[in-house]
Amino acid sequence: MTQPMVLAENVHKRFGAVTVLSGIDLEVQAGEVMVIIGPSGSGKTTFLRCINHLEQVNAGRLSVDGELVGYRESNGKLYELRDSEVARKRAEIGMVFQHFNLFPHMTVLQNIVEAPVKVKKVGRPEAERIARELLSKVGLGDRADAYPSQLSGGQKQRVAIARALAMEPKLMLFDEPTSALDPELVGEVLDVMKQLARDGMTMVVVTHEIGFAREVGDKLVFMDGGVVVEAGDPREVLANPQHERTKAFLSKVL
Amino acid sequence: MEPSSNSAPGSPRPEDIKAIPVRHPGRWVTVAILAVLVAMGVHAAVFAKVQRGNSSDGRLQWDIVGKYLFTHVIFEGLKVTIELTVIAMVIGVVGGVLLAVMRLSDNPILSGISWVYLWFFRGTPVLVQLYFWYNISYIFPPTTNGTHKTLSVGVPFGPEFIHFDPNKLITSFVAASIGLGLNEAAYMAEIVRAGLLSVDYGQTEAGQSLGMSRFLIMRRVVLPQAMRVIIPPTGNETISMLKTSSLASAITVGEVLLAAQNIYARTYQTIPLLTVASIWYLIVTSVLMTGQYYVERYYARGRVRELPPTPWQRIKGLVITRHALPPAAVDLEAVTGVGLLGGPSKR
Repeated sequence: MTQPMVLAENVHKRFGAVTVLSGIDLEVQAGEVMVIIGPSGSGKTTFLRCINHLEQVNAGRLSVDGELVGYRESNGKLYELRDSEVARKRAEIGMVFQHFNLFPHMTVLQNIVEAPVKVKKVGRPEAERIARELLSKVGLGDRADAYPSQLSGGQKQRVAIARALAMEPKLMLFDEPTSALDPELVGEVLDVMKQLARDGMTMVVVTHEIGFAREVGDKLVFMDGGVVVEAGDPREVLANPQHERTKAFLSKVL
Repeated sequence: MEPSSNSAPGSPRPEDIKAIPVRHPGRWVTVAILAVLVAMGVHAAVFAKVQRGNSSDGRLQWDIVGKYLFTHVIFEGLKVTIELTVIAMVIGVVGGVLLAVMRLSDNPILSGISWVYLWFFRGTPVLVQLYFWYNISYIFPPTTNGTHKTLSVGVPFGPEFIHFDPNKLITSFVAASIGLGLNEAAYMAEIVRAGLLSVDYGQTEAGQSLGMSRFLIMRRVVLPQAMRVIIPPTGNETISMLKTSSLASAITVGEVLLAAQNIYARTYQTIPLLTVASIWYLIVTSVLMTGQYYVERYYARGRVRELPPTPWQRIKGLVITRHALPPAAVDLEAVTGVGLLGGPSKR
């Protein structure tokens, strides 16, 4: 059996008295695209943020590529990881945010080369060459010297994807990447993500884009109230949902 | 960009509206009152004579101001004032950044130290702090070791690391630099902290998700963006420091106020010499304000789509567009615009 890229076993997460995740069991194989849908407040974004330790899991086990997230296990005890160890693991996981979170004081090119140069210690000329390649891949080869404020939302998100890819991640996390975009600009971002999926990138995508799930998803997960209500092949789940809650949700978004 | 393209095809563009502007009679009354007040002020300051002893004399004695304005002694004092301001602000900014980062850190010991520092230095008058530093050898009297006096730094009841003579090390200038600088650090810490908190937390998360360390995120992502918020009050603090440095005259630092005081102590021309000092403070403040404008502009890059032209660019633009370009070309330039930092924009 091959090792899953992401393995969640009975994952729980609380914020104070509020329980956001109450027992998530999921598995993403290398090369797979998993799409998570669900109403707001269902915990899907929180789960995504747990995967690269932006949030800390309270109970259960969550591992990426066979290694626990945030902890080291030795002699049956869990040890919290140091900041530098967490950072090293995050460097292998790309993340794309709903609000892009580009660095506004840097040009597009500087945004992309920053982490490879400062974290992975790639030489600047080499990093810039890769950055320009990635930019033309996302269709922005001519905007390398623009500042983020001079770009449209769709362009910003494509730069954010290129920035994450520049670290050569083994896993990409997308947190509602098209939710802050004008309807006209959604397509250009989805096209880039589809291409990425076809290239074999392992992806976990939280989104409301059902069409995207149907077209490129290997697995569709419907979450509500901090649990996985239904999971399976996207085409089957969408065409023939088993659970009442799933049916109700899909009838509103489809 | 042509406005007529939005309206229905074929309909001609209507003429510009010519309306009679609103009248403001109140402004004329204000101007008249102001003119009288200004005339009174100028008369008192420049033309009026007063009887002093046997001679009649100008109230502000501008002739004496002119005589001392460019003297060597005043220039020497001005040099010390500027040195003191620069050194104190460097200590203040570096210390302020350190204290702000400490205050925001997860480490309770670091944030506690920062809080106590702020409490102490903001809670005591800077003049009193200056007196303390000036009299440091009263608190730490040197022990006479043979012929020279020494003071040593070390662990209490343990080993001693450094020996020095406090009277030689802590000159009045050093005492003033340390005193003003450490006090400023407490105020700068609050300014820097406000700046750091103004940066969206998503920026930190973006850095984290790229595997950047806390230090790297602070240095490359958060601090540069915080600068936009930090710079204006820091300019304010610098201008304030220039004037606060005059307190150093109280501990015999020969800055510009003490230079002026030393002269009027001899000649009794108190007001003209205070005027001399004030004029120099005004001149240096004006220079600082200009510098602040350009620094703020630099840190605004990436925030606004196009930076507004500097006053100089505005003057140049006026001359060039008025004389060199036909009206049509002016319109074109307004549309194309000038890119960030004056470069040509890419559209």
